Amino acid sequence: MPRSDTSPAISLRGVVKRYGPLTAVDGLDLEVPAGIVLGLLGPNGAGKSTTMRMLTAQSRADAGEISVLGYRIPRESKRARAAMGVVPQHDNLDEELTVGENLAVFAHLYRVPRAERPAAVRRALDIAHLADRRDTRTDRLSGGMRRRLLIARGLVHRPRLVLLDEPTVGLDPQIRQELWGLISSLREQGVTVLMSTHYIEEAERLSDEVAVMAKGRVVTRGRPADLVADYAGASVEEFPIRAAGAAATVEAVRSAGFASRRTGATLSVLRAENLPASLRDRLGEGRRRAATLEDVFVTLTGERVE
Amino acid sequence: MTGGTVRRSGSTARDEPGRFEFAPVAGVLVREWALFRRNWGPTTFAAVVEPIVYLLAFGFGLGSLVGAIGGYDYIEFVGTGIVGMSVLFSSMFPGLIDTYVRRVFRHGYEGMLAAPVDVRELVTAEATWIALKAGTYACAPLIVAMGFGLQPRPAMLLVPLVTLVSAFGFALLGIWLSAVVPSMKTMDYIISGLITPLFLVAGTFFPLDALPSWAQSLAAVNPLYHCVELVRSAAFGLRPAADLGHLAALLAFAAAAWCLAVFQMRRRLID
Ligand SMILES: Nc1ncnc2c1ncn2[C@@H]1O[C@H](COP(=O)(O)OP(=O)(O)OP(=O)(O)O)[C@@H](O)[C@H]1O
Ligand SMILES: [Mg+2]
Repeated sequence: MPRSDTSPAISLRGVVKRYGPLTAVDGLDLEVPAGIVLGLLGPNGAGKSTTMRMLTAQSRADAGEISVLGYRIPRESKRARAAMGVVPQHDNLDEELTVGENLAVFAHLYRVPRAERPAAVRRALDIAHLADRRDTRTDRLSGGMRRRLLIARGLVHRPRLVLLDEPTVGLDPQIRQELWGLISSLREQGVTVLMSTHYIEEAERLSDEVAVMAKGRVVTRGRPADLVADYAGASVEEFPIRAAGAAATVEAVRSAGFASRRTGATLSVLRAENLPASLRDRLGEGRRRAATLEDVFVTLTGERVE
Repeated sequence: MTGGTVRRSGSTARDEPGRFEFAPVAGVLVREWALFRRNWGPTTFAAVVEPIVYLLAFGFGLGSLVGAIGGYDYIEFVGTGIVGMSVLFSSMFPGLIDTYVRRVFRHGYEGMLAAPVDVRELVTAEATWIALKAGTYACAPLIVAMGFGLQPRPAMLLVPLVTLVSAFGFALLGIWLSAVVPSMKTMDYIISGLITPLFLVAGTFFPLDALPSWAQSLAAVNPLYHCVELVRSAAFGLRPAADLGHLAALLAFAAAAWCLAVFQMRRRLID
């Protein structure tokens, strides 16, 4: 039995996962309270997918403690998996089967009672907007349709917790909007959602909280607005920079105690509302804009691809 | 999750987490059935027609030269031997190739393992499905041989049981090897180096007493030899003591192959 309604839906403590010499997850601590949408942000290779795979016990942690919906992982993972829906980053639909068969098989695997299976499949078809493609073989679907089917497959049994690993990749703007609506309605029904994404706007819009991951750890977490206020201040100012003097300018900003990041041909300085006049003179004419979660993200996770 | 034994208790037993359950096995079988409903034509054609072609070619081609072997008409000898060949081919090839393709190229097992399905249930289900098909198909040559003079006997009703158990073991052997090989190409080692000798050194087409003694002792550890012996007993007269020995050998083989397949698939699917 799940311990109680107030216990967190997901809890990871000191979790480590190594692949040979590489440490993919490096002492991760993360708690997701029941009923919230938590956005997981992090650059490529930060360990987001590895973390999700550990929650379904498809990847075994080398150290640390994991529990999902009150069940200890991996020992009791089968019960946790029964109550959770998973939308993996990499499509693993059954290409030999039709759309309807894919959903029906997972309704079985998730043990939806016999009498409720047809309704569950119909509901999932509606979620995926594929009701008229029920008998189409999965390998004939477009990329976005496959994605929608993959998402619907993870919801066929009305899970209490949903893991979404980059669910909106490859979706057109209309469908993405709709998925946002779907996630909001899951939240209203009390479903807990853990969602990784590279679309920061999406995370900002949907998440009650976001956690920023880098190099296998959570660097920071909080409500999007709070993170922006904490790390980027009220406003950001973009100053034009030339390639030649760029390094010196960045250094001058840094030594004055300001965080900055390159934004194309400009340098964005965070907490620009506090810039001293002397530094402002040196930087020249700036353009003021509101601070965003993206500023926080890039500042925290570094600008360079490693 | 790491327990390795199958417990055939009902679903009402105490609800412990690591328990082997039949619901996930049934779920995987539903998937196979959905697929089979659409593909049964070619699958069945290949599995039934090929052994019959062998039967006719050897039965008549070689039969006219050989006449009788070990006290049987050659067509009777080969008709029962080909049941074994059919079991081997229609269980080990799907176990090896289909399982590999599904795991490596289609990633289908990953999706299933995110649902409440454990690796041992998945492996059991895949092997059961293959065994059901192969065990059924393998009876076809026997029926054809009856058309050419093989005397029907009540004990022949035991043949499907023998083919089912043997096919279950060979499917698992195939699944295990599919998770051992590093690539599709290296399967050639298994096909030529293992499946071919298994198929020939089992008393399928010629009796083993023609072989050197070392080859005869090798045949004793060939599960297909035990399968063929049991089929012949059912067809030509039971020999209870020897037959129980053969059956025990087949069951031991299936159990060992199950452990190996589950162990190796888990290594490949859970990192
Ligand atoms: N099965 C594996 N074997 C070896 N290394 C792995 C394996 N899975 C992941 N890794 C490594 O672990 C690290 C974290 O990978 P992971 O997929 O968790 O990143 P991610 O945050 O999901 O990245 P992305 O945004 O690109 O999806 C990477 O360096 C990756 O190469
Ligand atoms: Mg990922």
